Amino acid sequence: MAGFGIGQPVTRLEDARFLTGQGRYVGDIDLARQAHAVVLYSPHPHALIRSIDIESAGAAPGVLAVLTGADAEAAGLGGFPPLFMPAVRGELIGFRTLRPILVSDRVRCMGDRVALVVAETLAQARDALDLIVVDYEPLPALVDIEAAATPGADAIWPDCPGNVAFTLRHGDAAATAAAFGRADHVVNLRLRNNRLIAAAIEPRCALGVYDAGAQSWTLYTASQNPHGVRTMICDSVLRVAQSRLRVIAPDVGGGFGLKTNPYPEDALVLWAAQVCGRPVKWVGSRSESFLSDNHARDQVIEGALALDATGRILALRAQALHALGAYTFSAGVAPIETALKLIPGFYDIGTLDVSTRAVFTHTSPLSSYRGAGRPEATYLMERLLDEAAVQLGIDRLEIRARNAIAPARMPYATATGMVYDSGDFAALMRACAEAADWQGFAARRAASERAGRLRGRSIVGYIEQGGRFNDRMELRFDPSGSVSVVAGTHSHGQGHATTYAQMVHEWLGIALEQIRFVQGDTDQVPFGRGSFAARASLVGGCALRLAADAIIERARPIAAGLLEAAAADLAFADGAFQVLGTDRTVSLPAVARAAFRPFGLPAGDAVGLEASGSWAAEPPNYPNGAHVCELEVDPETGVVSIDRYTVVDDIGTVINPMICLGQVHGGLAQGIGQALLESVVHDPESGQLLTGSFADYAMPRADDFPAFDVGFRSTSCSTNPIGIKGVGEAGAVASPPAIINALIDALRNEGINEIEMPATPARIWQAIARQRGDRA
Amino acid sequence: MATINVNGRSMQVDASPDTPVLWVLRDELGMTGTKFGCGMALCGACTVHLDGAPVRSCSLPLSAAVGHRITTIEAMSGTPVGKAVQASWVAQDVPQCGYCQSGQIMSASALLARNRKPTDADIDQAMSGNICRCGTYNQIRAAIKQAAASLTGRA
Ligand code: FES
Ligand code: FES
Repeated sequence: MAGFGIGQPVTRLEDARFLTGQGRYVGDIDLARQAHAVVLYSPHPHALIRSIDIESAGAAPGVLAVLTGADAEAAGLGGFPPLFMPAVRGELIGFRTLRPILVSDRVRCMGDRVALVVAETLAQARDALDLIVVDYEPLPALVDIEAAATPGADAIWPDCPGNVAFTLRHGDAAATAAAFGRADHVVNLRLRNNRLIAAAIEPRCALGVYDAGAQSWTLYTASQNPHGVRTMICDSVLRVAQSRLRVIAPDVGGGFGLKTNPYPEDALVLWAAQVCGRPVKWVGSRSESFLSDNHARDQVIEGALALDATGRILALRAQALHALGAYTFSAGVAPIETALKLIPGFYDIGTLDVSTRAVFTHTSPLSSYRGAGRPEATYLMERLLDEAAVQLGIDRLEIRARNAIAPARMPYATATGMVYDSGDFAALMRACAEAADWQGFAARRAASERAGRLRGRSIVGYIEQGGRFNDRMELRFDPSGSVSVVAGTHSHGQGHATTYAQMVHEWLGIALEQIRFVQGDTDQVPFGRGSFAARASLVGGCALRLAADAIIERARPIAAGLLEAAAADLAFADGAFQVLGTDRTVSLPAVARAAFRPFGLPAGDAVGLEASGSWAAEPPNYPNGAHVCELEVDPETGVVSIDRYTVVDDIGTVINPMICLGQVHGGLAQGIGQALLESVVHDPESGQLLTGSFADYAMPRADDFPAFDVGFRSTSCSTNPIGIKGVGEAGAVASPPAIINALIDALRNEGINEIEMPATPARIWQAIARQRGDRA
Repeated sequence: MATINVNGRSMQVDASPDTPVLWVLRDELGMTGTKFGCGMALCGACTVHLDGAPVRSCSLPLSAAVGHRITTIEAMSGTPVGKAVQASWVAQDVPQCGYCQSGQIMSASALLARNRKPTDADIDQAMSGNICRCGTYNQIRAAIKQAAASLTGRA
């Protein structure tokens, strides 16, 4: 299947609509008689609500409804529990909250939803919103994790004194303490992983419709996971059978984890549509996104490595505080679990003692954002290794190669409970170093010095986990012989219409133009779990493989009838059945057409040709790779320019190299953004959110990046039939330590050995000025 | 009622003079190719051309557009520059989620209309107002160069 099959750089089948303004995002959809909704968000991080006066708002021109938490309660609506809680030895643990769709008693974060106004026009809804009078009694707010976790801190939830929702731990404390006791070297670090926001360029939005006749709802929402939205809203809020809600997630303008699970607005527009008897549309503004979207990261961690004289790691210790925000909301547990268990990376560390506490704060809840815990884990390990290399006087590549798990050890069980199946990590790092001209650095550094600039470099390794849960894919032929891929996953930038078509072309020989792609609609797709955690290639790809195999088997008896041969005498290759030893063939599309004949089908055979396949990420896969970064700092301004950035990734079988490159680039942009630019900031005293727009939250832009040099050096994943490993998270996982390690390398001669993310020019300049001032 | 020229056609719109052109296009004219990202001229998602120059339609009042030519993404397939940009965008595999790409294409085509041999610095300057959260910047740069080459017959 050369040309368009697996491994080919096929240009995307879905691109045309995005280049002509024909994409169809939720904001682009308007329905007849549609009304407009706006939400009243809490301006306080913590306050009691004494009263809510909606009278004048309700009487304002064009207003159709003003809804509050009391109305929601009267209507019997529920709230949002967490998607899941952690399990320790099979037992669910932790303090779980229920997030109301509208809060009526106590707001616990800025952006808590307090009321909904629906009006004929958006302007009328906004005007009426200003007429709502809420009598708040502001209370002290805990927005910082360390403050919230301090013994004696006020309880954010009365039944959870100490503000720790759960503690997770891996390893063996006694063995770790013993290893530290006999170590030749110990390095310690205390790191903060900055709070981020996904900031997809398409803000969240939702359009709800109620059909009174059918007593059922339709929700158009910008979601990565429409079936998950349906489950949560039907089970926990509307409390109706899931068949009564159709969720449609059409084109979605970026997800990155932000849009994996429903938000209160999704439920609010459905309820409002029922109350008003009209479609109700809500589109978030950018400032509302900053206020009400889930945030991510926000972790403080202390870690230590014990090493022998040769730089071999004897043990690892770490203790983290990781923010949950005001609620156990969405998939907020996931990054906390992942940030802990991936700490050892791809290094051979048999002895460890790592723990994390999930801390409530008076802020937006935190949940998944590209990497979801993987970047936090990698940041600690890779920063520790650089400190160890410096302390021991070992080359930074060498200390990593010495400790990397050898291929002969596969499958390798980590002390945190994962089993790596494949990978040659030391070779990968060496390949990356070579591609980046690691040896030529000294000359480049000297040249930078002559120009008055400080040059630094880094090499980091990472391993992460791709795939989660199970999923389902279908192949459905139509009577004309063309086929639809009906996907349980959801593409919102990952190019699934193309990559799945390449697979179907490879396995069934169908021309790409004859393959349609269906996703994102719970009425068209029987079930699915959407896309997050780099899962679609594994669970979607392998489920599709099983569906394709099943198609061949279902088509075989029909083909046998058409060829007047025994089914056992047929071979399937290149898109057709052939009678072995003859030149008699029939193409699969022709068989599909025959499967729709009004009579004459083989006895017992169903009309039509379709099949489904399912696959579970049990086990998941472990993409890994190496990054080399080389950058320059202008000591006069603190400005960093990345001179070269090299990546060699092992993502197993590559379905489409161009699309995979795009995924890695996207991750790099976000990871480098975390290291140098991005930070969600709250005022520590008032708890107010200070970064509420793109004017205060620095987004990575075109001129922030060099041309990335990304290559793939794959070892096949041994635990799935396609050999695939995920690719979506990779770039964001390793780039923060790659940048910061290179930056510290550049600044070390200035006496600087730590710098916080984001390493803005102001921070860097101040650090240099402080040192130079001290020396002066 | 105001009359504005959009993609070469004269259109009557019923909106107040301070309405941003973005919402005139989307809500009054049903032309949804131009996107909202921030409403503060900080992301570039809403970029259109005003007499050929890239402008942020979220911050351009209707009154300022009267008497000028507005060009949107919907018309780009009809111009040689637009065609070249669209072709190179496909060839370089630029779009991911696609949401920012209308704005990217409008900024890139405005650049190429006035500069057929843009340097990296020219590209950075022309494109740094357009955020792409999917991180397609490298691909955009390559695609602009490819489109430039095809427009000057160097492809
Ligand atoms: S929406 Fe106009 S620049 Fe962002
Ligand atoms: S392609 Fe998604 S924001 Fe640019």
